[in-house]
Amino acid sequence: MSVATAESVAHLSPRAVSTRRRRLRPRDRVRRGALHVFLIAMAVGWLIPIVGALYASFRPYAETSDKGFLSWPENFTLQNYRNAWGQGEMRHHYWMTALIVVPAVIITLLLSSLVAFGVSRFSWRFNVVLLLLFTAGNLLPQQVLAQPLFQMYKRIPLPGALSDTGYMLGSTAGLITIHVAFQTGFCTFVLSNYMKTLPADLTEAAMIDGASVLRQFWQVTLPLCRPALAALATLEFTWVFNDFFWAVLLENQGRDRPITSSLANLGGQFFTDDNLIAAGSMLVAFPTLVVYLVLKRQFVSGLSLGASKG
Amino acid sequence: MTQADVVAASEEAATDPPTAPTRRKRRRFSQLTRRDKVMLWIIVGIPTAIHIAFVWVPAIATIVLSFTDWNGIAPVHDIRFVGLRNYWEIFTVFESDVFDAAINNGVLVVFLFVGPTALGVFFAYQLDKNLRGGTIYQSIFYMPVVLSLAVVGFIWKSVMYSPSQGVVSTMIGRTDPSNQIDWLGDQTHIFSIGGYGVSKNFVAILVAMAWRHVGYIMVLYLAGLKSVDPTLREAAAIDSCTEWQAFRRVVFPTMKPINVVVGVITVIEALRAFDIVFALKNPRGMELLSILVTDNLIGEGGGNVGRGSAYGVLLLLLCIGFITWFLVNNIRQERQT
Repeated sequence: MSVATAESVAHLSPRAVSTRRRRLRPRDRVRRGALHVFLIAMAVGWLIPIVGALYASFRPYAETSDKGFLSWPENFTLQNYRNAWGQGEMRHHYWMTALIVVPAVIITLLLSSLVAFGVSRFSWRFNVVLLLLFTAGNLLPQQVLAQPLFQMYKRIPLPGALSDTGYMLGSTAGLITIHVAFQTGFCTFVLSNYMKTLPADLTEAAMIDGASVLRQFWQVTLPLCRPALAALATLEFTWVFNDFFWAVLLENQGRDRPITSSLANLGGQFFTDDNLIAAGSMLVAFPTLVVYLVLKRQFVSGLSLGASKG
Repeated sequence: MTQADVVAASEEAATDPPTAPTRRKRRRFSQLTRRDKVMLWIIVGIPTAIHIAFVWVPAIATIVLSFTDWNGIAPVHDIRFVGLRNYWEIFTVFESDVFDAAINNGVLVVFLFVGPTALGVFFAYQLDKNLRGGTIYQSIFYMPVVLSLAVVGFIWKSVMYSPSQGVVSTMIGRTDPSNQIDWLGDQTHIFSIGGYGVSKNFVAILVAMAWRHVGYIMVLYLAGLKSVDPTLREAAAIDSCTEWQAFRRVVFPTMKPINVVVGVITVIEALRAFDIVFALKNPRGMELLSILVTDNLIGEGGGNVGRGSAYGVLLLLLCIGFITWFLVNNIRQERQT
């Protein structure tokens, strides 16, 4: 199974190549047809909310509320997007998001690959304990940590350069910290499974040639983990980008919230104009949808690595 | 180190007798030089310290604080322990809050299993057959998974559940002001037992959450199915099993590790559910345990660290068994490889 994992990253469906479609018996062909009809119906249903949101976001509210949602469009307009962008102060919130997501993903991947390297390439007393610690930590519901973490953040001072308030609460650095601490759980789990599938001879050889531990990590192991790192980076980007809970809790001043949680501010302002809400939602969803459409394979292999462990 | 060295070393390894090829060779810690040992301690120690400090310390602190009446403002050394008073209060004074929330969380778990999780497994099983257009189906079903639950909430609120112009209302012809349905506001119970029950707006939210959950499970299960030996299925087909029999008796049992992963993830997701309800401004009828924790922190009745922590402990107790199950499953797999 460990081989299968490494393989499925290299090219996602190894079996797709080997099995050719067989000719089906008539009875099975009818069945297959019915299955397609069912799947097409479900797929169409699945697209309704997103396509509907896109459709609504380009139409004036006056028109849809008058003629109904499923009416033929008379005017297409970008006005909803302009309003959402302005009223939601989206530019500012996007910038705050970038300041959080980029460092959080890079630091998470770096730290978790270091731990994974330590526990998968060397045998010492704490291998299993460490892995259990990280894996279990990743599975805890965030709300279990919420109360004490909030109190900790209120009291841990940060230098002025890192925080306007002087404390971790309400600072970008504070949000990055909790993302890193929480997400290293999942990434360590995945990366250590991945590293176990790499041939041990490689680091062994490097070691005999006198390469230090750090060099074995940086020059031998890490380059081989590129597929797993790419998959995890994609996945972590969306997870951190989509975070709502930590930002609402720890960035208690609404103005500096990252984009997803800034939606919570908008709820009130957008109270009746459904098309404006749709446009706002699409603006927030846009980066993750683009990343998904471009890097679909990375997404799937990232999750697969987490599920079918080596 | 030159490339030739690596080649030579790997050739040397290749000529070794293939004793127990599955057994991984790992460097013994004691064989390392002193410098390397220190280095290893640092590179493993720093991330571990961060993880423990910001995940495990708060998790343990929740348990401790749940036995206090701290308000979060008084100095830490003045924290007073009050025994089980918070728990006693939760189940007597705030009884209706906690039961409403617990019922909703319970309904959410059951619903996720019989609805979206089962559907996700079904999709995965069908798409694993290498259907024509399979990747297109897969991309479509997976798409909602990349959206935040908060965004899902807003999309469904504005597009699907808008009383005056939403898709659902339009399809059943109830958009007229005289007969509109307030999908996300209607808190009358769909069924109830002695004052407690499941309200209609919570059911509406369940559907929106299902939309996102199906694709997640589908991808996880599909990954597992790829590692099932295809000859097993062929054998089942030759023995003229029906599809249900082949799945139930052949595929499902061999998928045990993935089944555990899917089960645990479904439960944890149900307990974590928060964004969608909070984003919709906590309508009545959508109480959840996760919301109770934050209500006692940043909500109107904020500053109840003790009681909020007690709610957190309830969540912890509900999930700890499933986390352990996941870990045991993992260790067992580890032993097998």
